[in-house]
Amino acid sequence: MTAAIAPPIPASATPNPNLTPEQIEEFGRELDAIREKVVADLGAVDVDYIRRVIKAQRGMEIAGRGLLMLPPTWLLGTALLACSKILDNMEIGHNIMHGQYEWTGDPALNGRTFEWDTACPADQWRHSHNVVHHTYTNILGMDRDIGYGILRMSPDQPWRPYFLGNPVYAFLLMVLFQYGVALHEVETERIRAGEISLADKRQVLEEIWRKTRRQTLKDYVAFPLLAGPFAPFVFAGNLTANLVRNVWAFSIIFCGHFPEGTQEFTVEETREETRGQWYFRQILGSANLTGGRLFHIMSGNLSHQIEHHLFPNLPARRYAEIAPQVREICERYGLPYNSGPLPAQFATVVRKIVRLALPGRST
Amino acid sequence: MFTQTLVRRAVRSPLAELLLGPHGPDRYTEIVNPMWTTETRATVVRVRHSAPRSVTLWLQPNRPVTWRAGQHLAVTVEVDGRRYTRCYSPANAEGSALIELTITRHDGGTVSGFLFRNGRPGLVVGLSGPAGDFVLPDRRPNRMLFIAGGSGITPVLAMLRTLQSGGFGGTAALLYYTRTPEDACYRDELVGLGIPVHHIHTRDIHTRDRVAGDLTGRFGERHLAAVMADPDAVFVCGPTALVDAVRRCRPDAVAETFAPPVFAVPETPGGGRIVFRDSGIGIEGDGRSLLEQAESAGLAPQSGCRMGICHTCTRRKLRGAVRNLTTSTVSTADDEDVQICVSVAVGDVDIAL
Repeated sequence: MTAAIAPPIPASATPNPNLTPEQIEEFGRELDAIREKVVADLGAVDVDYIRRVIKAQRGMEIAGRGLLMLPPTWLLGTALLACSKILDNMEIGHNIMHGQYEWTGDPALNGRTFEWDTACPADQWRHSHNVVHHTYTNILGMDRDIGYGILRMSPDQPWRPYFLGNPVYAFLLMVLFQYGVALHEVETERIRAGEISLADKRQVLEEIWRKTRRQTLKDYVAFPLLAGPFAPFVFAGNLTANLVRNVWAFSIIFCGHFPEGTQEFTVEETREETRGQWYFRQILGSANLTGGRLFHIMSGNLSHQIEHHLFPNLPARRYAEIAPQVREICERYGLPYNSGPLPAQFATVVRKIVRLALPGRST
Repeated sequence: MFTQTLVRRAVRSPLAELLLGPHGPDRYTEIVNPMWTTETRATVVRVRHSAPRSVTLWLQPNRPVTWRAGQHLAVTVEVDGRRYTRCYSPANAEGSALIELTITRHDGGTVSGFLFRNGRPGLVVGLSGPAGDFVLPDRRPNRMLFIAGGSGITPVLAMLRTLQSGGFGGTAALLYYTRTPEDACYRDELVGLGIPVHHIHTRDIHTRDRVAGDLTGRFGERHLAAVMADPDAVFVCGPTALVDAVRRCRPDAVAETFAPPVFAVPETPGGGRIVFRDSGIGIEGDGRSLLEQAESAGLAPQSGCRMGICHTCTRRKLRGAVRNLTTSTVSTADDEDVQICVSVAVGDVDIAL
C-alpha cells in the first residue's frame, strides 16, 4: 500500500524559510485587508441569512419531534431532528458563540449569552474553544483540541502503552462526542498526571452536570413521556438523532486539523509570534473540505476551516467568498493550502489515529 | 383574552422551558409572530407625516406599557442588520392604549431617518423603559408655563393632554419655538387644547404666526413676562441653549434637554479621559488598548486571546468613541459593546468596567 510507505511529514515546521520577516508581515497585512473589506460590507444580508437558518432549524426541530412519535414517519422525523441538532450546534451555535453576529446588537445572536442544544455548557466551550483552541491552535501542550486529552494525534506526543487503544478511544469519542466536548474543560489528562485534583474541577463538573441533566431529561424522559404509548419510538429517535449529530460533528471537526499535511507547533517555535506568523500557523494547522453549498451549511462552514481560523469572528457565510483570495495569497507566498473532499480527508485522519497507536514518529 | 392568558401560562411553564430549552419559548414563538415574546415590542399601526421633517407613529405594544407624561421610552430598530436604540417621548396622554411618537429627522440621523422613511404600518420595534423625571408633580401647581423647543414639543404635549383629560382647573400656557413655521408639529392639536399657545419661529423673526401673538426671536425675560407673569411652575424641554436660557430666568424650571450627539472623531487616539464607571476610576487615554489601560490602572477585567478573536473581554461602552484596531471601525454610539483588547479610546470614553 502506498499509504504505508508515505514519507513522514515533519511534525512541526517553521514558517516557509524562503520568506523574510518583512514578507511574513506583508502577508499578514494582505489578510487583514480581506477582513477589513468583509467587515465594511456586513449588513442586513448576513443577518437575514442566519435568521433563515435559525428559522429552518427550529422548524425542522418541531416537525422532527412530532413526526418521530409515529412509526410510519419515525425515520423522517429522526432525520429532521438530526439535521436540526447539526444546524443548531454548527452553523448556528458554533458561529454565533464566536461572536460572528455581535455587531448586529441582536440579543438572540449574542455570542456571550447563546446556549446550544448539546451537553456542553456554552460558557465552558467559549473558553476552551474561543480562547484556548483559537489562540493557541495546534501548539502542542497548549491547544487541548489535539487529541482532547485522550488521543495521540501528533507524533510529537510521546507514546505510552495507553495509546494502543487510540482507535478505540477515537471511536468512543465519535459516538459520544457531545459528552466528550462537555468534559473538555475538566482537563482529565492533567488530573491523571496529578497536576490538579478532581476537587479543583468541582465547579466545572457541577455546571456540566446541570446542563447534561437538563438535556438528558428533555431528550430521554420528557419527550418520550409526552408520546405516551409511543415513548420507545421517541426515545430511540432522540438517541439516533443525537448519535448522527455526534458522528457528523466529530468527522467534520477532526478533518479540520488532523488530515495528512496539517502541522503542529511547539511552544518554543511560537514564542514572540507576530501577527503575520500567527496567521501562518493558522493556515499550516488547518485543512478545508470541498463540497457544495448545502455541505458547507451542514458543516457549519467548518469546511472552510482555514478561513475560519484566520477570521474566527467573521460571519461564516462569508468564508466561501474570501476562500479564493486566501488561496491565491497562500500560493503567492508558497504556503500549502490543504483542501480535499470529506472521505479522502477523513481517511487520512483515521490512518493517523491508527498509526499513532503504535510507538514511533511516523504517521 | 382568557385563551391568550392560558397560552401564555402554558408557554411559560417549567415544562415548556425544559422542552424548548436551551433557547427558551420566546425563540420559537417570535419566529411565528415577532410580537409573541416576553420582550416588549410594538407594531406601528398608523402613520402621519406631520411636518416636512417629522413623522408621527402610533404603536400598539404587545403588553400594556405605562408611562408618565413627559417620560421617554427607548425604541429599538434594525437598520441594515444593526440594532439601534433611541429615546422618544410619547406625545399622548398618560394611560393611552397606543403610544404616539413624533420623530423629527435630523441630518445623518440613522434612526430618525429610518423611521421617517420606513415607518409604516406593520413595522415592529423593540421598546423599553419608561425613564426620565421630566414629569408633572402629583399635586398640580395652579399656574403652569410650558416651554418647548423643536421636537421637545412631544413630552410637553403629553403633559398638556394629560392635564386636559384629567380636568385640570388651573391655568396653563405654552411657548413653542421652532425654526420655521413649517417645522411645527401638532398645530391643530395645540389649538384644540384651549390654552394660550405662543408659537415662535427663531429663524425668520419677521414672520408672525397665526396662532401666536407678537413675540419674536429667542427666549428671554420678555417672552416670559408677556406669556405668563410669575407662574407657579415652569416646564421646559428642548435643545440645551433653550433650557439654559430658561434656567437663567427660572432656576427652578423642570427641564429635559436633548441634543443629537454630534462629535467629530479625532484622527489620533488617546488624549481623552477614560472612565471605568463601575470601579470609579478615571485615567488619561494614552493610545494603548482599553484592556491594557484598565490593567495598568489596577483592574483585572476578564480577557482571553488579547488579539480580538475570542470576545471574552467584550464590555459595554457607555459613552464616547473607540477605534477597533483590527477592523479599523469606529464606534461612536452610546451603549455599544466593544472588544476592549483591540479598542483604543478616541477622546473621552466611559466603559462599564
